Amino acid sequence: MANDHIDITVEPGEVHALLGENGAGKSTLMNQLYGLLQPDEGEILVDGEKKVFRSPRDAIGAGIGMVHQHFMLVPVFTVAENIALGAEETRGGPLGFLDRRRNRRDVLEVSKKYGLPVDPDALVENLPVGAQQRVEIVKALTREVDLLILDEPTAVLTPQETEELLAVMRSLAAGGKSIVFITHKLKEVKAIADRITVIRRGRTVATASPDTPEDELASLMVGRAVSLEVDKTPAEPGREVLKISGLIVDDDRGVRAVDGVDLVVRAGEVLGIAGVQGNGQTELVEAVMGLRPPRAGSIKVDNEDLVGMTTKQILRSGVGYVPEDRSLDGVVKEFSVAENLVLDTYDRPPYGNAFRLNPAAIAEGARQRVEQFDIRTSSPDAAVSTLSGGNQQKVVVAREMSRPLRLFIAAQPTRGVDVGSIEFIHSRIVRERDVGTAVLVVSSELDEVVGLADRIAVMYSGRILAIVSPDTPREEIGLLMAGITGAQADVATEVIELVPPAGSAGQTGAESAGEAGPAADGDAEKGTK
Amino acid sequence: MSTATVEDLAEITAPARFWDRQRRLGAGVTLVGVLAIALFGSLAPSATARFTISQDASGAAISINGQFGAYLFGVIALGAGVALLAGVAKRWQTTLLGVGIVAFVLSFLCWQVAGKFLPLVDTASGTLQLAMPLILGALAGVLGERSGVVNVAIEGQFLMGAFGAALVGTMATSVWAGLISAAIGGAIIAAMLAVLAIRFLVDQVVVGIVLNLFALGVTGFLYERLMQPDAQKYNQPPALPTWSVPGLAKIPVLGPVLFESNLLVWLALILVFVIHFGLSRTRWGLRTRAVGEHPVAADTVGIRVRGLRYANVLLGGLIAGAGGAYFTLVATGSFQKNMTSGAGFIALAALIFGRWTPFGALGAALFFGFAQKLATYLSAVGSPVPSQFLNMLPYIATIIAVAGLVGRVRAPAADGQPYVKS
Amino acid sequence: MTTDGPVGAPEQTPPAETPAEGKQPAAAAPAKESPAEDSFLGHFLHNLWSANTVTVTVLSIVLAMVIGAILIIVSDSAVLATFGYITARPSDALTGSWDVVSAAYADLFKGAVFDPAAVSAWLDGSGTWQQAFTPISETLTYAAPLVFTGLSVALAFRGGLFNIGGQGQAVIGTVTAAAAGFTFGLPVVLNLIVALLAGLIGGAAWGFIPGILKARAGAHEVIVTIMLNYTALLFLGWLILQDGVQDPNRTDAISKTVATTAQLPSFGGTLRVNLGIVVAVLVTAAVAWLLNKSAFGFELRAVGANPLAARTAGISVGKTYTMLMVVAGGLAGLGGATQVLGTAYALTPAVAGNIGFDGLLVALLGRNRPWGTLLAAILFGALRAGGNRMQSFSGISLELVTVLQALIVIFIAAPALVKTIFHLRAARSARLGASMAKGW
Repeated sequence: MANDHIDITVEPGEVHALLGENGAGKSTLMNQLYGLLQPDEGEILVDGEKKVFRSPRDAIGAGIGMVHQHFMLVPVFTVAENIALGAEETRGGPLGFLDRRRNRRDVLEVSKKYGLPVDPDALVENLPVGAQQRVEIVKALTREVDLLILDEPTAVLTPQETEELLAVMRSLAAGGKSIVFITHKLKEVKAIADRITVIRRGRTVATASPDTPEDELASLMVGRAVSLEVDKTPAEPGREVLKISGLIVDDDRGVRAVDGVDLVVRAGEVLGIAGVQGNGQTELVEAVMGLRPPRAGSIKVDNEDLVGMTTKQILRSGVGYVPEDRSLDGVVKEFSVAENLVLDTYDRPPYGNAFRLNPAAIAEGARQRVEQFDIRTSSPDAAVSTLSGGNQQKVVVAREMSRPLRLFIAAQPTRGVDVGSIEFIHSRIVRERDVGTAVLVVSSELDEVVGLADRIAVMYSGRILAIVSPDTPREEIGLLMAGITGAQADVATEVIELVPPAGSAGQTGAESAGEAGPAADGDAEKGTK
Repeated sequence: MSTATVEDLAEITAPARFWDRQRRLGAGVTLVGVLAIALFGSLAPSATARFTISQDASGAAISINGQFGAYLFGVIALGAGVALLAGVAKRWQTTLLGVGIVAFVLSFLCWQVAGKFLPLVDTASGTLQLAMPLILGALAGVLGERSGVVNVAIEGQFLMGAFGAALVGTMATSVWAGLISAAIGGAIIAAMLAVLAIRFLVDQVVVGIVLNLFALGVTGFLYERLMQPDAQKYNQPPALPTWSVPGLAKIPVLGPVLFESNLLVWLALILVFVIHFGLSRTRWGLRTRAVGEHPVAADTVGIRVRGLRYANVLLGGLIAGAGGAYFTLVATGSFQKNMTSGAGFIALAALIFGRWTPFGALGAALFFGFAQKLATYLSAVGSPVPSQFLNMLPYIATIIAVAGLVGRVRAPAADGQPYVKS
Repeated sequence: MTTDGPVGAPEQTPPAETPAEGKQPAAAAPAKESPAEDSFLGHFLHNLWSANTVTVTVLSIVLAMVIGAILIIVSDSAVLATFGYITARPSDALTGSWDVVSAAYADLFKGAVFDPAAVSAWLDGSGTWQQAFTPISETLTYAAPLVFTGLSVALAFRGGLFNIGGQGQAVIGTVTAAAAGFTFGLPVVLNLIVALLAGLIGGAAWGFIPGILKARAGAHEVIVTIMLNYTALLFLGWLILQDGVQDPNRTDAISKTVATTAQLPSFGGTLRVNLGIVVAVLVTAAVAWLLNKSAFGFELRAVGANPLAARTAGISVGKTYTMLMVVAGGLAGLGGATQVLGTAYALTPAVAGNIGFDGLLVALLGRNRPWGTLLAAILFGALRAGGNRMQSFSGISLELVTVLQALIVIFIAAPALVKTIFHLRAARSARLGASMAKGW
């Protein structure tokens, strides 16, 4: 259940923030409001009238506009063309010649009225993301919306662009429009919202005012300190296994995703990377695994340089990898469980060689793994698509853990997995640590990170803000996850080390303070709470 | 945690590649220029090449010494290539590429025509004639593919068009009835393509190929059943008349080429402008392009994606079918089995080589038509250059284009993906 | 311990998160629908009329033949005339239609499988066994090259590639095989093996081009292979007329004849079936082994099913694509070799016929499985052989066979269409067609 009896009201002229972590249910809620999903229960009232939205057209007709995280813009069109699409101004009657001048004029009118500078003749694909977002907003506004929903709008913006967007939102609200602003970033919420609804696990947890202290908001967002009861003995870390220095990685759009990361994982310890999805964790892990070339920096395992090696070589050299989205690139759904279990070892003895497979060995190996890892399947030859999510994940974990490892990397290891399998996977991860493997766990589930890790690195906006112990109060970790470093928050923290961003080594204190992430800019204006 | 130490920072940024697109183009053109000089220049006899304005060999002509011309144009091509290698502003890139190709062709011609004559008017109008079905077929492809539906079945549409034109044209003793039937024939194949691809979500490439075979079989079958036994009743369509625009037809060179021709040629040329204008200036065009690039975005603003795709594919079928009429109403006077023999695929090549735009398709079709015309001319004058290699030109050019050797050739983003409303 | 469980990350959860549960209701539903059909017969009939693979295939063939029948009727002027007065004497139209269609399809059968007259003649001594077996021999003769081109397309499909270039690869295969056949004067068995290998290598080289272009430049293999088809055809047309290739005793476009030592041996006389079909069966087994038991087969299947997962597991997608096109090209080249060394014996512009395009149809019909492709090739061979007889005896054009083949495949590829026409129930395993719906 993604939304569990959520009640929410939005007043005109109000900026209403929906605060929550990934998977809390915010986007699902808004997708129903925009007609992209149908609610199972409950009703939607607009201006007191009950409405049913079967498609975005209905929502637009009722005065609701939405700016998605993934823009609905045609890249090769100009701004004016995108905005005009579907509601074009034409002349010449049935022939429908586009009235370029009127279309442009409409764009400029709205743009001026709301203070959203856009160039009607620019090609969307050439625009920076912030400008594209403005185009989406103008597009919604030209259709006379009263309620504008913005889904994680600042996820893709630079600090400067974020400031501009917040200003726009203020002016729109002042003009009588209502805005619903979905985010996980605390400081923005406090800067702009008139009311805050915190959603966690599909339920409304609280409705707060922006005066609420940050740590209270953070704990509402991530939950009270509950320990994940993972049975483990204290870690005995050994040599440095994985050493990442000054890593810089770009994402698919060429935007910097990992912005100077230093990290060390030792043998026999679990390093957990906490943070909301989309702060560079994905790209970091992909760079380590050779799936994404880094722009700069080094990645070494036992002093062997991994950068430049193929993924196959990296896997062979004793690195295990559980990717974050098993249905995307973790398992081959059409293959059997047995085949998936040898997806990266099929051409190595005993499962096979460079020419042929050894079906008997594969079958025997599968039988053993199914038993060892408690994989619930009708048979090792059943297609993996017949397994539940948890069991599919166990297949991936079994696959990776079935060979000698120096380093084990698991991204979102229990996403979409049932309770029983979660416990099992967690216990195997700890077991791997106990035999001396260096373990790196990336998870947006704070419970998981706190339970598993011996050290926690919090990642925000491509940088490691701090590395803390798992005993740290959750509110503090929540703050870090939302971009507020210990130096700014007015809370005592037990911080192991506060990591200055890479590249600032040798710079003056003033500069490095200025570089300590976007959190610094926003907070400097606000002052302390 | 350690702070970043200087020695650990390894810069792995990709250096600006030396062999970027412009340099690769330049290298290609330079090679081509060298080839022209070395091969054409040295082989060309030192006789006069005459490019005659009128039909007879002794009339007014542009003359140039064959060997000199071959060398000259080879050097020009080489120059263009070297300029590209050295690096020029981006806007000159296409021009230089064009100059290089044209110079190469001229060098080649100087070699081949040395000691003989090439009737310019005949060549030009023959080119236009040969290009006409290619233009129409490519335009049909433009309509479909810009909306996101891959159309490999142009060949089948040609065949049905040719057959329909012959059959109905003969039975009704009317060229116009034949022309209309040709369009309908193409539309039938297009309808099958549309339904199978859009409604039943069958893979569009597979559907196209199978429809080609289907059309081949049906037309061949009906040909053998009806036309072969009784050609007079079924297979003697009247020819499409050649019309002359009074006054304009008298312009030297251009006049006879452009203004003394048949309806289909004019239709093709007019359609190029109409479709270009339509795609870029009308609401229909904007929506079509949106549907082909980002159907989800189009859907969210209220555009009927599937309906638009159906309409465009059918319209394309009408146009391609009309193009098919060329084979039976213009080129020959009757239908033969499999008479299109791959022309539909050259039209597809023109579409791709022309980058899915009407004018690009026109240019590519003219280029390919010229290659075909040249092949006929060369075999007529007994040239050692084999005509088959000239006929390969459209295909090889398209491969080069698609392999990114002359830059990225990008289909509409949603081309080939059936739209499933989620 | 409060863990997340299914509630934790619903938004990122892939759909159908509990497919195990999803399966059971679906399985339960048909059983619930008809409690009276608990018997074996009931189950069998029930499954028969659901849209499983076999049913759809059979019904597709039936549908195609119905449409073919309509074409036959419509193009027969005598029968058409009877329809002119159908209201007055319907029996004329009906018997006329029935006669012409049944004669045509009977000929199809007699030409492809066996002719009862010839068989009884053989049994009672007035005819030879060769005559009785000629239809089957014809079927297998036509089928043999199609097996290779079909395997070429099927294997490529399994790896996620569209090999539309089977025709061009086969053509190059005929060229290299024939050239080897009339150039090297090797002793009997060796010459044949070398010629076959030459055909394979030629096709493989022609397949390498789209493979490497796809791996390195991302060039779509459909476009490249289609263009190469026509390039190969033109090249063949030119090559035949060159000195050294053209038959010195002829002025028309035909090459030198392949040495008898390089020809695929056959039974002789009316039995044209040659060793090619045996090689085809062996190669089918080899391809089945390659696909299912070899490391390369594992890689290509993984890449075909989920290239991202393959890549994450370390498999090089580019290398797999290249290698796959080489193998596929080689298979098609073998098909061309079989054609020229088995029946044609010399190069002509049309020596490769339509085997490449037919191979595409055969692969689709065979669901891209090796043995299925073999069976489909035999079916197509049967249609061709029968079509020949249908043409000679009933006067129905051979082109009808092309129409039938295309229709069968259209229906196979659009199982939804067949389902709608026959109101079939959706079966659990109705996973049909090569619908890797992608474009350029």
